[in-house]
Amino acid sequence: MNLDTLLDGPLRGLAGALARREVQAAEVARAYLDRIAAANALLNCFITVDRERSLHEAEAADRWLDARAAGGADAPASTLLPPQLSGLLAGVPVAHKDIFCAEGWRTTCGSRMLENFVAPYDAHVITRFRAAGAVTLGRANMDEFAMGSSNENSWFGPVRNPWDTSRVPGGSSGGSAAAVAAGLAPAATGTDTGGSIRQPAAWCGVSGIKPTYGRVSRYGMIAFASSLDQGGAFARRAEDLALLLDVMAGHDARDATSAVRQDGSFTGLLGQDLTGLRVGVPRDWFGSGLAAGIGTAVQAALEQLQRQGCVLVDIDLPASRHAIPAYYVIAPAECSSNLSRFDGVRFGHRAAGYRDLTELYERSRAEGFGAEVKRRILIGSYVLSHGYYDAYYLQAQKVRRLIADDFTRAFASCDLIAGPVTPTSAFRLGACNEDPVQMYLEDMYTIPVNLAGLPGMSIPAGFDNGLPVGLQLIGPWWQEARLLQVAHAYQQHTDWHRARPAGVPGVSA
Amino acid sequence: MSQWEIVIGLETHAQLSTHSKIFSGASTAFGAEPNTQACAVDLGLPGVLPVPNQGAVERAIRFGLAVGAQIAPMSVFARKNYFYPDLPKGYQISQFELPVVQGGSMTIHTAAGEKTVRLTRAHLEEDAGKSLHEDFHGSSGIDLNRAGTPLLEIVTEPDMRSADEAVAYARALHGLVRWIEICDGNMQEGSFRCDVNVSVRPFGQREYGTRCEIKNLNSFRFIERAIDCEVKRQIALIEDGGAVRQETRLYDPDRDETRSMRSKEDAQDYRYFPDPDLPPLRIDEAWVREVAAGLPELPAARRVRYQRDLGLGAYDAGLLTASREAGDYFEALQRAAPGVDAKVCANWVNGELAAALNRAELDFTASRVTADRLAGLLRRLADGTVSGKIAKEIFELMWTEGGDADAIIDARGLRQISDSGALEAVLREIVERSPAQVAEYRGGKEKVFGFFVGQAMKATQGKANPAQLNELLRKLLAG
Repeated sequence: MNLDTLLDGPLRGLAGALARREVQAAEVARAYLDRIAAANALLNCFITVDRERSLHEAEAADRWLDARAAGGADAPASTLLPPQLSGLLAGVPVAHKDIFCAEGWRTTCGSRMLENFVAPYDAHVITRFRAAGAVTLGRANMDEFAMGSSNENSWFGPVRNPWDTSRVPGGSSGGSAAAVAAGLAPAATGTDTGGSIRQPAAWCGVSGIKPTYGRVSRYGMIAFASSLDQGGAFARRAEDLALLLDVMAGHDARDATSAVRQDGSFTGLLGQDLTGLRVGVPRDWFGSGLAAGIGTAVQAALEQLQRQGCVLVDIDLPASRHAIPAYYVIAPAECSSNLSRFDGVRFGHRAAGYRDLTELYERSRAEGFGAEVKRRILIGSYVLSHGYYDAYYLQAQKVRRLIADDFTRAFASCDLIAGPVTPTSAFRLGACNEDPVQMYLEDMYTIPVNLAGLPGMSIPAGFDNGLPVGLQLIGPWWQEARLLQVAHAYQQHTDWHRARPAGVPGVSA
Repeated sequence: MSQWEIVIGLETHAQLSTHSKIFSGASTAFGAEPNTQACAVDLGLPGVLPVPNQGAVERAIRFGLAVGAQIAPMSVFARKNYFYPDLPKGYQISQFELPVVQGGSMTIHTAAGEKTVRLTRAHLEEDAGKSLHEDFHGSSGIDLNRAGTPLLEIVTEPDMRSADEAVAYARALHGLVRWIEICDGNMQEGSFRCDVNVSVRPFGQREYGTRCEIKNLNSFRFIERAIDCEVKRQIALIEDGGAVRQETRLYDPDRDETRSMRSKEDAQDYRYFPDPDLPPLRIDEAWVREVAAGLPELPAARRVRYQRDLGLGAYDAGLLTASREAGDYFEALQRAAPGVDAKVCANWVNGELAAALNRAELDFTASRVTADRLAGLLRRLADGTVSGKIAKEIFELMWTEGGDADAIIDARGLRQISDSGALEAVLREIVERSPAQVAEYRGGKEKVFGFFVGQAMKATQGKANPAQLNELLRKLLAG
């Protein structure tokens, strides 16, 4: 089989070919590293590429696969994963958002503050990928501390959208989404606090999933807003995401918010018929704020689901119109506290030539953080201040409860919800520089999902003026498998997820 | 001074005796090399998360039960945000609006009698690290070994009215946390430290005066001294026409004065909010019942039992319940000496034994005279083998040289002379060679009797049975 065909096919096919030893992990890694070497200067998807380290990991995977193919002793895979997952992705390259601490890898979180920070430990997600045998392909670019919807807030420069390099890829997991879209990685990890997986997935034309809050351990994932942050993944296809989630998800005693669940494999419902599934459509989300081209594409996707047996039902999510203000109280409040540890004392950037402790703090943080991070720290400190707490933070928490209640009510009449991911498609670099609120509005359909802690996906559903459009699927708590079933079935009948951007250097489209 | 009423409330930090930290698996042992007992979580590295230590929660429940408080079925960990180099995360995880222990009370005993001090709350929190300013030139060192050590902060209502009461409360609390084994009570190592809130007001005034908080007092003497000087300072200030400013002060034991640390205006806004990394702490009734079942008899109950069932006085009962070890020793002594009166046992434990332990700076569990050995001595005292005076000498020998009472009595011939014939012979001789004193006595000078007792004790090396001696002597002198 042609290597390029294999690289751009389903993850299961790649993992199978590696397991059968039809292809070497080192060969696969080298092919991707070559593509990255050719394209990264243009797209800037990766903050850190370490060819030697990646190849070293790939060679280790090859040895493990060789031993298993030879019927030798069982692999040295860790006991962390159940036997059916151990080595599941052996030799499969995965790009990691630069927010997951990985021992030996520089972990910058897109910030000057952590420009030289090499984590001394692995995030739980990284540990699980290692146990599954995956090869780290590099560290994906992102908005600084995951704050942003365009990836323009990275200290390491913006990522460019492979579909139109004058445009942004979305954010904050823009490097991960663009890398998968451009064919620089078959899979990537991301995090989603207010849409940071789904929005860039939509704008880059790839599939992305944000699991239920508590599904994927946050241990070792640098915190932005702890009650909203959730790790997830990008790939071309829904079935790839199911495989990635099988590896990533699972209880971790080191995260007190990590859930103990026995839901079985995320691949469990793949291939099942959609007949009779009730799909809730929030009609309010199709109003004047939605770009016409996106509305048309999403409407067509809904009709496709209908043709496949789904029943469309109208639902109401009235409180979701308050989601953005509530989010921009809660997320900054949490981040203002979470980012206090970056003080120049123990790790991270420390200003030179400070005169006293206060100046050490002030200058280290003034130099280490970018404008958007500072803006949110200021907002967060303000809303938590004495005398303002009740009016802002408590009020926002009440709104959050109302939003969750809306979803609970909606799921009484539907099995999942479908709608747009974003109101517009990818904008040009710099277009929102003067107006952060305009940028915040890009997350109006994704933020309610985070506030309620629900699982959500974005899958490619067409184009608007040549730019990808995403379809958002939202499920009841813990029902990722249902979302993946629907997304997979949709992808069996559509080709949007197969579309590839032209002109990526080093990648034949 | 007498026109001023003193109002005091205490906040006490008791370090909980868990092996590992409150939110990480690192050790809490004291005195290790700097930063060797701080893991990634304690260092506040990017991405790490706290997980509550069940042992710390269990100790908080023990405390709540011991003071008759309500154990909150749901309490909340909150973040207290401020920057300091020894606070790695830039916030301390504590409890704010919903603490784990709510209400409760402690009974204290002072010369003025018995009093109830109401508790407001007790909450779980983590300790910070330490800044080291010595040993570094032009910079400071940070030791994060202590960061994340579990603390229970115990807060009273402003119920105390004198330094005496404040110290009595602090001692009772110190005794209790050690009694229920939630804190080692080591004040030198900082395991038990108090912040004292002090204000004064004219007697009869309802409103409280403006208070000052004196931070970090780590001995009972300092608590007493700090309150005394702070009260004097506040009264002098008011009587000079000034006003007390609400502030945090430090006590300087070298100069015996309190000094301003920061005023209310400088007070930071800690921006408390519920820690999103930690779900609400839920404690179900079954857990509370399980913890209750494992609690020992508490000091207040034991005190009542000693007074009511054993007939001990308040003073003895108080001393015997100042620590669990004192009472345990006393009870072991009673078991080993069933015929001996409880009051005699109490007198010996609170008297000779306590004095000896004090001199040697030992506690009851390390006593050089075990309860069994002391019981052996008290049996010989009870059966008249030795006198009280000789018994004390024997005790000293047992303390310094070891051995049991009977062996010492035999080896040194300390058996009391209770043979009336032998004693009478000795007394006759004394009477015969002291005609002048006999005449005085018979002339009505009762005091001279003591002269004869002294002579007799000297002749018998103290071994004469005192009761028998008195009786025989009176008969002889009567002529």
